[in-house]
Amino acid sequence: MILRPLRAGAANSRRRALIVALLGAIGALLVLAPGALAGVFSPENAGGSPNAENISLLYKISFAIAIVIFLLVEGLLVYSLVKYRFRRGGPEPAQIRGNAPLEIGWTVGAGLILVVLIVITFIYLDDIESPAASGPNGLQAAEGVQFASVDQPEAPGGDPLQIEVNGQQYLWRFEYPSSGDTQVFSYYEMVVPIDTTVSLQITSQDVAHSWWIPDLGGKADAIPGYTNETWFKIEEPGVYRGVCAELCGEGHADMRAQVRAVPVDEYSAWIEQQATDIERSQELLAASRRQREAAAEQ
Amino acid sequence: MATPEQMIRGGIATMPRPEVLVRGGDERPGGWLSWLATTDHKRIGIMYLFATFIFFLLGGVEALLMRLQLATSGNTLIDAQTYNGLISMHGTTMIFLFIVPVLAGFGNYFVPLMIGARDMAFPRLNALSFWLLLFGGIAFYASLFFEPPTAGWTSYAPLSDDAYLPDGGIDAWIFLIHLTGLSSLIGAFNFVATIHNMRARGMGWGRMPIFVWTILIYSYLLILALPSIAAAVTMLLTDRHFGTAFFDITGGGDPMLWQHLFWFFGHPEVYIMILPAFGMISEILPVFARKPIFGYQAIVAATAGIAFLGMLVWAHHMFTTPTATVVLAFFMISSFAIAVPTGIKIFNWLATLWRGSIMMKTPLYFAAGFLGTFVIGGISGVILAIFPVDWQLHDTYFVVAHLHYVLFGGSVFAIFAGLYYWFPKMSGRLMSEGLGKVSFWLMFIGFNMTFLVQHSLGMSGMPRRVYDYPEGVGWDGMNLFSTIGSFLLGIGVMVTVVNVIRSLRSGRRAGNDPWKGNTLEWFTQSPPPENNFDVVPRVRSVEPMKDIRREVQTGTREPAGTVAQPVA
Repeated sequence: MILRPLRAGAANSRRRALIVALLGAIGALLVLAPGALAGVFSPENAGGSPNAENISLLYKISFAIAIVIFLLVEGLLVYSLVKYRFRRGGPEPAQIRGNAPLEIGWTVGAGLILVVLIVITFIYLDDIESPAASGPNGLQAAEGVQFASVDQPEAPGGDPLQIEVNGQQYLWRFEYPSSGDTQVFSYYEMVVPIDTTVSLQITSQDVAHSWWIPDLGGKADAIPGYTNETWFKIEEPGVYRGVCAELCGEGHADMRAQVRAVPVDEYSAWIEQQATDIERSQELLAASRRQREAAAEQ
Repeated sequence: MATPEQMIRGGIATMPRPEVLVRGGDERPGGWLSWLATTDHKRIGIMYLFATFIFFLLGGVEALLMRLQLATSGNTLIDAQTYNGLISMHGTTMIFLFIVPVLAGFGNYFVPLMIGARDMAFPRLNALSFWLLLFGGIAFYASLFFEPPTAGWTSYAPLSDDAYLPDGGIDAWIFLIHLTGLSSLIGAFNFVATIHNMRARGMGWGRMPIFVWTILIYSYLLILALPSIAAAVTMLLTDRHFGTAFFDITGGGDPMLWQHLFWFFGHPEVYIMILPAFGMISEILPVFARKPIFGYQAIVAATAGIAFLGMLVWAHHMFTTPTATVVLAFFMISSFAIAVPTGIKIFNWLATLWRGSIMMKTPLYFAAGFLGTFVIGGISGVILAIFPVDWQLHDTYFVVAHLHYVLFGGSVFAIFAGLYYWFPKMSGRLMSEGLGKVSFWLMFIGFNMTFLVQHSLGMSGMPRRVYDYPEGVGWDGMNLFSTIGSFLLGIGVMVTVVNVIRSLRSGRRAGNDPWKGNTLEWFTQSPPPENNFDVVPRVRSVEPMKDIRREVQTGTREPAGTVAQPVA
């Protein structure tokens, strides 16, 4: 008879030790993990463009608030389940039906947290949405080059470089502004100059797609009949990859894209080369048509 | 009070007629025909639960196939279009053929019992709504034999238009939406009529069980939201086959119209799927904590508040579409607002457990698991509502994780809690506690293994709805971990299936009231007789069974002599 409470006590303390160990492990994981596992607790999608940086920062602030609420709720839950479990011969629980001040308290508290989140969002919104100014090393608008006007807030210090993005099952087509008569375009890979604000005008010619290069900021859906806008500004030369983010059919997962950022003179040279190549291939096309027609007449 | 002798003297015509004949009525068909012909809300409820659990298992198999494909990068097990079929079947099945109708199933069985009614208001319509659901599901699954739909459960136009997907799969999907939508609408009107008119004497609005409240609000939400998708799929049908151009830009239509109409239904649908789950949790926690629900009025008001606000947040699914910033800001703030009533509920549930005397039975395990996981889904929902953040996270695995924390960690855990809680009432037998707890831990650990890492996958850029992902970007490990978790989850579900089958044959007898419940369904026998109650007790509080037990203990109520009586 004496043994029984003793054994129960031992089991209880073992259980308690286990719970403490578990909570400790979770805590340690939360403290240590961000260093070891960057990208596990916050978006890795940063480093390419200032808007992506700001989104990442905004996420981290809201995550910090969220984790406090998470720990509070889970802590209360686990504590109640351990502390208030049924014990033989324990007292009948008090039949409490509510507590108005307490309930008003957590209603107001939840509301206040959300107001804080709204304020923080609007503080960062402008930096995320409005294009930054092109830097001194960026592409400068040459005389006679017309950049289309943009509906998103004007970039300070000169017009951004405007590229038209067209989603098609299952690839992306990019159209660049150029001084010559030839429309310069490319597929799959977009080439842009560094330190230059690039403004994208995004649409689709068939079904809905979504333009997304994670390191260069958020998504913009490509919807037929609509033009969506986003922007980025890359400091360092490099390649940034992405994949279509709206289910668009069989080839959706393979509808990838990349942005290659190069120094300005390299960009200008690439545009020239691309224009020449396009003109040349059109001439070849015309020549082969004439040849075919001549052959048919004979 | 007239004695029987006086009544006989007054003539047979003035004799009060019994409301329901228990025995000696018309000959009823027996065997399997009795299930086809039944209008008994309990049998219809059982058929709902059985059919929807079958669909749940089918949807689960589809999910496991997807996880198998994603276990490593470059996997060639399933090709792209089959994978698109799997995501479409899985999402549609779980939403339209499992969660929404399984809640209707629980509602069918328990709303009349909980309000002290003898059946639903319109028993034959009730049967019709079940058969429409079943045939909607069959029509949809028949598409497996020709061409399953491949445009996702959202079937965004123009992809779902005949120019891009001319096969019949989308048509099967449209047919499913029409049939299950009709089923839900008929069921919803039936619930509304039943709950408004057939409550026991004394059961005012303030004494109605919270589960009944949530089914009432679920019904109103269905009535408000379903017409929108019914219209949308009808327009899609005519676009596909009769030359209209509602969603076709070349004919003057607008693909964004589809998204608005779809989500105007689609977001209330989320609350349609979660509010009755909240109701179950609000019934189960007080019973196992041996304490009344904390803040009854606040919980009911929060439910109504969530339903109202839930109609005003649909465009938060469309933050990346070409939309003015002021609109995005409105939908961010309205989505934030929902977190307030949801938070109220969570704290009320915690306060219900606080200083209780918690009986650690399987239903309580699942209810506590619901609380622990649903909180994560709620918090990640607030993060997704911050629209600049959503520009990064939208359509990634972060969203997949979020919606599964809400719909699996939330609704499905609550549905399992409800199953373990009410199984003794429906079958007259107790489920095995041992198997139940094994099932809970497998499901809880498996669920968190599957979906917690998916937040990280989304944040490192993995989009949803892809059959393959690039190698060497660090996604292989997390995907494999997720796949292993999903199989643990699957095994956990199967343990409950085994538990149900075993307990039906050899479970211990449950008696009328094995948990010391608070609500009227525990007043009658297990399983309840066809007329539910011979005598419907007068309701004097929100916990009528507590009153009855007290009366029996203090000797003011006779324990014997009625068909249905509580175990003192």
